[in-house]
Amino acid sequence: MTFQEKKSIVSLFSAILIFVSYSLYMYPRYPDGAPEQTELFRYWGSFVLILTLVSIIAHIIISIVFNLIYRITTNEKEPSFEDELDKLIGLKAFRNSFFVFVIGFLLAMGSLVIEQPSQVMFMTLIVSGFIAELTGAATKLYHYRKGV
Amino acid sequence: MGRNLVGNHIRKLRFNHNEMTQQQLADKVGVTRQTIVALEKGNYSPSLELAFRIAIAFNMPLEEVFYYGEMKED
Repeated sequence: MTFQEKKSIVSLFSAILIFVSYSLYMYPRYPDGAPEQTELFRYWGSFVLILTLVSIIAHIIISIVFNLIYRITTNEKEPSFEDELDKLIGLKAFRNSFFVFVIGFLLAMGSLVIEQPSQVMFMTLIVSGFIAELTGAATKLYHYRKGV
Repeated sequence: MGRNLVGNHIRKLRFNHNEMTQQQLADKVGVTRQTIVALEKGNYSPSLELAFRIAIAFNMPLEEVFYYGEMKED
């Protein structure tokens, strides 16, 4: 298995790990029965912002650890640049990921149209962001294994 | 995913050029070893620029390195 394939698998599992552990951490902090709507919006706003920050930091740390382990176990240096194949696969991954997120975004807007509570909209947006990330990593893995 | 119609003789040519490794060829043409692996497996059709760089690395005309269609590698 090549470096890029292993990296895609690590991205896939780290995305799941980060999202699930962060959601489990934030779930008990949900302001249940809060009288103010602004309190709910504040909760969801901070959920998204902190998740973005935590996700970036965790991905950087996981990437550094993965590169170290890869070097130690294979005695090979990770590729230091992206060539045309990497860029092409990256674009396809971004396209699929974006497509999934747009569907999630439209569903979230639809939930408002059919008068669902605002948390349904926020949850749909957040989950679609998560699935979009998974789609991106899975697309990369697929194309690195099967070709373009 | 169907195999690409652009085939190549890279594996054979590497062997004929002092058993050049995939990494050596990758370094010569400015791509990663993974891309050379994908090319040899027929999983990727290179850009015209990369195809020329590979042909130049082997000091051969383009059509002797790459072919189009069902022609099988020797």
